[in-house]
Amino acid sequence: MATGRDDFVIAIRSAFLKKKDKQKFSLLTLIFLSIFVIVLSNFNFKAIKIIKSSINEVIYRSSFLISAPENYFKNLKESFDLHMGLYENYNQTKTELEDLKQKQLSNEFLKIENEKLRSLIDENIKSNEIFAKVLIDKESPYLKSIVLNKGSKDKVRIGMAIIDGVYLVGQIIEVNYTNSRALLLSDLNSKIPSVLEPNDIQAVISGTGGDFGIIEHTQNEYEKKLEDGDVIAYTSGLGGLFKPGIPIGKITKDQSDKVNFFSDFTQLNYVKITSYEIGSEK
Amino acid sequence: MSSLNKSPFLQIFYSYLPILILFFSVFNEFDFNYLKLDYFSFNFVHLLIFFWTLRNPDHLGYLAIFFAGIINDVVIGIPIGISSFCYLLLCSVTAYIRNITLSPNFIKDWISLLFTILLINSIQVIILDLIFLIQVDYMNYLINSGFTFLFYPIFFIIFNFLNERISKQTND
Repeated sequence: MATGRDDFVIAIRSAFLKKKDKQKFSLLTLIFLSIFVIVLSNFNFKAIKIIKSSINEVIYRSSFLISAPENYFKNLKESFDLHMGLYENYNQTKTELEDLKQKQLSNEFLKIENEKLRSLIDENIKSNEIFAKVLIDKESPYLKSIVLNKGSKDKVRIGMAIIDGVYLVGQIIEVNYTNSRALLLSDLNSKIPSVLEPNDIQAVISGTGGDFGIIEHTQNEYEKKLEDGDVIAYTSGLGGLFKPGIPIGKITKDQSDKVNFFSDFTQLNYVKITSYEIGSEK
Repeated sequence: MSSLNKSPFLQIFYSYLPILILFFSVFNEFDFNYLKLDYFSFNFVHLLIFFWTLRNPDHLGYLAIFFAGIINDVVIGIPIGISSFCYLLLCSVTAYIRNITLSPNFIKDWISLLFTILLINSIQVIILDLIFLIQVDYMNYLINSGFTFLFYPIFFIIFNFLNERISKQTND
């Protein structure tokens, strides 16, 4: 019995402490070092921040370069698929264009009316836009985020909105000197205050880790109100980070608990990093 | 005589091949996620580290594994050090198995891989969810562990072939 226990202790000790010929450090030393790194990365001292930022800079750029061949083949496959569906796409786009032309006329009128009303209550929304390229776009099953090629030197700040065309896709969560990381709406940790129109229901849209979001923190039995037709989710502007009215996604009649995001997060190449100033002109 | 004909560049390349694959896969997040198959994902790095630290640890140093973990954390955006810690735990299990095993057996290795990845993924979830308060999808981790386990035989054949080539190149 004692021999069995001794063997176990010897095997464990040998596994953790013994170094093979080509190993420079024992396992135990490196395990303690990694715990030390985990603890250290939690502190927000300036020196640690600079080191972390420098590590991120180097690794993001290297990852972008190393991913280049894979990205090339991915893009090649996408353009091939696009080419194959060209005729079908053309017909669909033609119908949509007619529809949009009609809607545009009424939109122009509403836009002018909205500006007049805002000037009456002395409120204006200013936005600053920075165009950025997506450096790393890894569909990790754990965290949904993208790395962008603009950072603090381009005046990017934490919390800024990421817009693809006119659709909201996420917000900045980490800023380095020349690049930044944005958390996508599909991530489990993403929570966006929103308003469901035309029913004017306030809600929080939360990511699920999949390609859709869910509605949280809203009225009880809100589903009954959504039965009339398709509902569009916009940012509500609560919290002051985003301006109200940025389209997020659509809720269809048959799936009232799912928000289908307008933007396809796997196809992001260039995005706008936007900040808003909402307040009176004075 | 045959060793004299071998290119030294090729010998160096073969001896560093596992490290090159490891760094390439952490920088590139090699996991076939772009296939967009629902719930499909596996952890190639876990398989790579498990095989090489178990069968031929001289070609995959612990320090390289530590740095690969740091890179992986930065690329996927989780707090720095977590992947290194998990990879090194994987190494400690393989080092223990190596110490208690006289003749390596594929089935035993495969079963120990299942327990090891379940253990390290649980530790990763606990650290992320309970300490760093980052929400993670438990089901994704479970499915990832399942596929990683199922893919081991395929990668075992590939890595074993590579291991034999490396041994031939470097021992001649």
